[in-house]
Amino acid sequence: MTLIDDMSLRALHLGIPFSAHVDVTYRCNERCIHCYLDHDDHGEMTTAEIKDVLRQLAEAGSFFLTFSGGEVFLRRDFFELLEYARSLMFNVRIKTNGIMIRDGEAERLLQLGIEQVQISVYSHRAEIHDAITKVPGSFKRTIEAIRFLKSKGLRVLIANILMTANIGDQNGVHRLARELEVAYAVDPTITPMMDGNTSILNLRIGGGDLETVLHDESLVDDVDEYCAAPERPDDTPERIPCGAGHTLIYISPYGDVYPCVQFPMPSGNVRRQQLIDIWRHSPQLNDLRSIRVKDLPVCSSCSHAASCSRCPGLAYMEGSMRGPSTADCEKSFYRTGVRSENMIRRGLKVPQRPLVQIQAAL
Amino acid sequence: MSETYIARSQAIASRLLGNEMMVMSVIDSTFFSLNEAATLIWESADGCTELMDIVEQKICPTFQVDPETALHDALQFVRQLSQHDILKVSSRPLNEAASVKIPA
Repeated sequence: MTLIDDMSLRALHLGIPFSAHVDVTYRCNERCIHCYLDHDDHGEMTTAEIKDVLRQLAEAGSFFLTFSGGEVFLRRDFFELLEYARSLMFNVRIKTNGIMIRDGEAERLLQLGIEQVQISVYSHRAEIHDAITKVPGSFKRTIEAIRFLKSKGLRVLIANILMTANIGDQNGVHRLARELEVAYAVDPTITPMMDGNTSILNLRIGGGDLETVLHDESLVDDVDEYCAAPERPDDTPERIPCGAGHTLIYISPYGDVYPCVQFPMPSGNVRRQQLIDIWRHSPQLNDLRSIRVKDLPVCSSCSHAASCSRCPGLAYMEGSMRGPSTADCEKSFYRTGVRSENMIRRGLKVPQRPLVQIQAAL
Repeated sequence: MSETYIARSQAIASRLLGNEMMVMSVIDSTFFSLNEAATLIWESADGCTELMDIVEQKICPTFQVDPETALHDALQFVRQLSQHDILKVSSRPLNEAASVKIPA
């Protein structure tokens, strides 16, 4: 266990929102084909409101703070928010498409002590990346941004969302990351849109591609161990299924509070309540916190229970936060070759797409 | 022995978790968890209070430890954190600083 794991565990026992994710806007200068957001501004929090949220998060004990969106740099006050967050001694990470980062912005991020800048890159080929973002020239601007950030010594992570439109380019993006000397992360998760529209789930990669990614030695430290048939430690039934709502908190540009960015269960709004009151007394969060693996009607009896990446937010979007997340069943299956309990009960030999049926939305 | 002044770097993130301070360098992501005594030194590292004064006025009375032992441990702690640029160390108050090498 690393020291950070140890601190996370301590935060869990103390009931502290250790990691906060704050989306400062849903507006964006790209129109990515897989994006789940509504980009219109429905009344974003003001500068003063966001600063007050940051102050409350610091008082509550949050240490890691991720600013994301939408495109964060579309907010004219974004550097003011960053400066304030750093004055509160947060460990700050940013997620951005990088289009608006030039030399001056990179220098300022360095001076502010930003720990990491995560930038989405969908392909090593401009025509593919630009087709996904729907912004001609976006690939060029994004790669230039990465070079500006690297030239200042900032830590950059390329996030490569995999979908049907770019699955053939995963190795190319990985190579590009190595050439740029930045970290690389791949994610095959496509989530439904905020309004419940599931059409973008058709962009999810197929089982064969998922299997290839999950068995890629350049992405996984020990493929044999990672892809081994599941084993079940004795303490699994008493475990919490995920950190969402336990040590993780998400706040939308409108002040809505959720357990996690990928868990659209409304739990309060900081425009009407103090954040600490929401965190401690929200019935939704407390209901979520009461759940242990043994309480999951299907997953508790699944052979993958200990090793599954089951996302309770995706399960919630399927209908119940206590139910299975079928997309994660699919990952477990293609990782190990062993069907999940959910797949067995539903008589699924090989997962069919789309697997997620949406019954709840933001 | 020369006087030692210490100040917290700006290139860090920190938060009190329970009664222990978490400190992370944003330069190299080195992560530290400070125990109660180290947290007290950390919180007193204002750049203008001499380390010996911190030890005598805060550490010794709080933890019932003799000044010599406490200073030895404090210097070791300061040395470790200064190696990661988490603490700045000087022989003079830090706004007129000249760096000082902590004896090994």
